[in-house]
Amino acid sequence: MIVLDLALNAVATGIVLGSIYALLALGLAITFGILHIPNVAHPAIVIAGAYAVVVLNRFGLDPILAGLLWSIPFYFIGLAFYEFYARSFESRGGGNTLQSLTLFFGISLVIEIALVVAYGTDLRSVRVGYVGESLRLGTVAIPYRFLVPALITPVVVFLLWLYLSKTNTGLAIRAVAHDERAVSVAGVNPTAIKRHAFGIATALAVIAGAALVITGPVDPFAGRIHIGRVFAIVVLAGMGTIPGTLAAAIIIGVAESLVMSFASPSWAPGVAFAILLATLALRPTGLFGGVR
Amino acid sequence: MRISRRQFTKLSAAASVGLAAPAIWTKGRAQNRPVRVGCSASLTGPLSGTKNMVIGYELWRDDVNAAGGLLGREVELIVYDDQSAPSNVPAIYSKLVDVDQVDFLFTPYGANLTATIMPFAKQRDRFIVGILTLASNDQLKHDKFFQAAPWGPDGATNWARGFFDIANSTGVKKMAILAADTEFSKTAAEGGRRVSEEFGMDVVDFQMYPPTNRDFSAIIRNIRATEPEAVFVCSYPADSTAIVHGIQEIGLGDSARLFGGGMVGPQYASLMESLGPSLNGIVNFHLYVPEPTMKFEGIESFLDRYRPIAEDRQVDPLGFYIPPFCYAAGQFISTAVNATGSLDQTEVSNWLHENPVDTVVGQINFDEIGNWTERRVLMIQFQNVDGSGIDQFRQAGKEVIIDPPDYKSGELVPLMDARKT
Repeated sequence: MIVLDLALNAVATGIVLGSIYALLALGLAITFGILHIPNVAHPAIVIAGAYAVVVLNRFGLDPILAGLLWSIPFYFIGLAFYEFYARSFESRGGGNTLQSLTLFFGISLVIEIALVVAYGTDLRSVRVGYVGESLRLGTVAIPYRFLVPALITPVVVFLLWLYLSKTNTGLAIRAVAHDERAVSVAGVNPTAIKRHAFGIATALAVIAGAALVITGPVDPFAGRIHIGRVFAIVVLAGMGTIPGTLAAAIIIGVAESLVMSFASPSWAPGVAFAILLATLALRPTGLFGGVR
Repeated sequence: MRISRRQFTKLSAAASVGLAAPAIWTKGRAQNRPVRVGCSASLTGPLSGTKNMVIGYELWRDDVNAAGGLLGREVELIVYDDQSAPSNVPAIYSKLVDVDQVDFLFTPYGANLTATIMPFAKQRDRFIVGILTLASNDQLKHDKFFQAAPWGPDGATNWARGFFDIANSTGVKKMAILAADTEFSKTAAEGGRRVSEEFGMDVVDFQMYPPTNRDFSAIIRNIRATEPEAVFVCSYPADSTAIVHGIQEIGLGDSARLFGGGMVGPQYASLMESLGPSLNGIVNFHLYVPEPTMKFEGIESFLDRYRPIAEDRQVDPLGFYIPPFCYAAGQFISTAVNATGSLDQTEVSNWLHENPVDTVVGQINFDEIGNWTERRVLMIQFQNVDGSGIDQFRQAGKEVIIDPPDYKSGELVPLMDARKT
């Protein structure tokens, strides 16, 4: 009976955790999965978003609402980021993976140091009424600080999927990654489209930051914990698939939670990569590669 | 050209004066130059939360200089940023010794960074004060090393023994141990297991978790399933927060009456503020708390002066954990130098080995390898924490000392009873 309880709780916790992982990975699913820009600064931008949310939360604003408000200025920051990247690298023919990695790694460090200088290195958290409480369904208990941010994910995933699949701009974002020249011929400015996509990804980062800081406190270096996992989720899902990102994240979340309950917690961080390696060996395009 | 005997004598005298002049000048200059004390500190990087240690050094330096300096010479503090990276530390200490020619050294913060320079300190026979470094001199046994923190002898495995003393005195028979998968925590957890067995307790669960873990629901459920009476936890700030939230959300069951021990985090104002009443009932280690049994000379004045500087620099506003011990580290030097009237490292070290030192963190005696002769790691229990205001922790009664008995300031309240308040 105890084993069954543990298993049920592990699966429930894993689904909730996976949803939060998906939110962290969605921005990267656009920049890396669709635009093929290895934006390793994405987790650092998420943490910058979390700090921005903490600032507004001090004035009593709900973190999720704060995240939505901050997503607008972050969208424009994303545009500026991409403009810098396009002018400094792509337009000079230097947009190869190694150079891009170096650039975004540098940006990541700059963001971390800027946060240290501005806010110090103490852990920062938000105040929400539901921390410390759980939703209890029989023997299953799900902490609200995980459940509430996890509930945002399906909504964001649905809206993003709708936008990328059913609107002209969304389709242009997908098209520009496949054939930039063809998009140009069709009268669309590929740089403007990619800039817009990067802006959306950055806006999503701040919403992910809001979710993350509800689950626990953050420090300027907290993004490093998630960097491997979010890349694993995007690749496992299959590059650029938005619903697939949610599914892949939930698979990883549940697997980690089961390993933590029934094996050793020390093995949990390796689960994402174990699943990734096994999947890529059998299905190189990822679990949902080709599904849009 | 021929040189007469008289000319040769004049030339020899002039050459002698010329050769001796730099030495005479340098000696005179050395007698006037400041007494230099140097160290590295983690001003940036993952350990930069400890950078408030510098305030402790600075206040000590200012106090010594205001009182006329050391042997009439001004004290100069030289601090370099080690960026929290062990690889940076050896070069910094070589520079401190060979280029800056410091007279005394403090170690960087903690055992990991300090491990890189202890062989150097011993090889160069340098006086060095350990800043919260655990067991850094146990192997080398350098006779000019002195520990600023109260880990006591056998600190590596015994620093948290007070938690098990409390467990034993309250009749705990079933102990669970949870520790981050890092060297410091693993050593403490293994030490905890040994002490548990020594007391005849059954270790019903022993779990390690990766330090990046932030969800403890599954782990806490596993612990609860074993129905422990006490849970010894060795964790770091972010995981400590998640664990405290976790026991509130999932629950530990009715059997648990003692929880905590080796959690890093609930010593820092930012976490105390964010966790607030969730901390009630947790018994955890600390180095200093403002309880009536800890009224050492100078500590209140130190903390009063620390506070505005900390607020200005955006570091821990309470400053109970590290800064007083950095001030005390400076007091080791100033007390011994004034007592011996010498800057000679051997004389100063010998004096410290033979005499007690009065500091802002109490009177300290050192053993032959520079550890405190008595363990004075406090086991405090959070009681009656109300709301998230940080000022409440400046008053007595919120972090009540349960162990060691000489500093006890209140009675242990069973975990669940304390959490109801």
